Amino acid sequence: MPGYSAFTLVRNALSYHENWQRAWRSPEPRPEYDILVIGGGGHGLATAYYLAREHGINNVAVLEKGWIGGGNTGRNTTIVRSNYLWDESAAIYEHSLKLWEGLSQELNFNVMFSQRGVMNLAHNLHDWRELNRRVHAIRLNGIDSEILNARQVKEEAPILNVSRDSRYPIIGASMQRRGGTARHDAVAWGYARGADARGVDIIQNCEVTGFVIDNGKVAGVETTRGRIKAGRIGVVVAGHSSVLAEMAGFRMPVESNPLQALVSDPIKPVLDCVVMSSAVHVYVSQSDRGEFVIGAGSDAHVSYSQRGSFDIIEGIMGALCELVPMVSRMKLMRQWGGIVDVTPDRSPIIGKTPVEGLFINCAWGTGGFKSTPGSGHAFAATLAAGEPNDMAGPFTLDRFRTGFLIDEAGAAAVAH
Amino acid sequence: MFLIECPWCGPRSQTEFHCHGEAHIARPKYPDAVSDAEWADYVFNRSNTKGVIYERWVHNHGCRRWFNVARDTVSDRILAVYRVGGKRPEVTP
Repeated sequence: MPGYSAFTLVRNALSYHENWQRAWRSPEPRPEYDILVIGGGGHGLATAYYLAREHGINNVAVLEKGWIGGGNTGRNTTIVRSNYLWDESAAIYEHSLKLWEGLSQELNFNVMFSQRGVMNLAHNLHDWRELNRRVHAIRLNGIDSEILNARQVKEEAPILNVSRDSRYPIIGASMQRRGGTARHDAVAWGYARGADARGVDIIQNCEVTGFVIDNGKVAGVETTRGRIKAGRIGVVVAGHSSVLAEMAGFRMPVESNPLQALVSDPIKPVLDCVVMSSAVHVYVSQSDRGEFVIGAGSDAHVSYSQRGSFDIIEGIMGALCELVPMVSRMKLMRQWGGIVDVTPDRSPIIGKTPVEGLFINCAWGTGGFKSTPGSGHAFAATLAAGEPNDMAGPFTLDRFRTGFLIDEAGAAAVAH
Repeated sequence: MFLIECPWCGPRSQTEFHCHGEAHIARPKYPDAVSDAEWADYVFNRSNTKGVIYERWVHNHGCRRWFNVARDTVSDRILAVYRVGGKRPEVTP
């Protein structure tokens, strides 16, 4: 794999950028692999990358029904943070954030990770108490988090309306300065390039249509490009997890909902951190192109349509116009929906399924993008060993039977 | 946004309603007699169908009454509206 550097940029400029090589191959699927990863989003590609990089297993294929990074990896608001309340969540999201911090160097691919800070607003006394409790819990886990008062919030983000008579008065905020944003596509492409260079086959336009199961043990998959055998398979398909689980003959505690994001027209830089408010359920950052990238809440109904309801847009824009009055004079350019798979406790599922040899990594819900490196890292270890590692252990599917839930929904009550 | 045919109020905007998830989930008759796995299946597992789903909606900004809906989760098209306790209608997406 030819490395990317300032030197190669200059050299390719001399030939008018016509001689760049493909970043990954497009191979025909082989009849058998050691491990198959179903789903070529960020999580699946990261899994394949770490299988080859950390565990030396490179007889691996990633099967993607469309094109890589074409699902939720390309449909999120690119926010990265690790300020979670519970120890189990803090461990895996902080592990992920640490991997983010070295990712561009690790992959030799600029993922444009920008640690511009993530601010969570408090609008009332209850928010404020919850926020203080969370900040202290997060700091006890060794993760950076600080409390800002209203004046400091205004200094960080002057476009916010902090006047006391506003509809959503801002009492203060928590701030994780190591949080920020990254370039979503680059994460998928960087992992794909790194995995490919280590021998992983990335097979696009290859939809899994069924599993080959022999005596309760998985033996391969049926795809639109024929049968592919493998004794160990990882399913990393986000919103379609229930669909694949049904093919394999088991049920999941997951529902798939549309989650929307919106982009405004571009303006000059006015906001250099991420602002989130769980009370009004809005999050906003300004992209490098100057657009506001705005995230909303998810619809309450199950849908695979990749489009959300208009009333969600109305609700979020109403709230945003109150928080950031200048937005009322801007236009929205684009709007889209991704299908997020959500568990009752709003925590992911990583580990074994009732079918031997079949593993699943799903239900990252509305918090999938930030966890891409950590999720791939933990799932690769799980697939390599055939047993969940310490990081993945608490997120077992079996927790819904045992009752050891990791209740981020009730605990944090934040936008994920 | 879709238009929902409330059995009592007629066609109204989706904003007046709220979805409360899968319908026809029966609580086990003898909770003490079921295993943890069966109880977990009742409490947490959902069919989450890609295709026709049968679900509960409430007209919370209208008549505040509950009813069931059969909907195609791929197109979001509503295929049938029927009363709580009624049988699942046979529909094709």
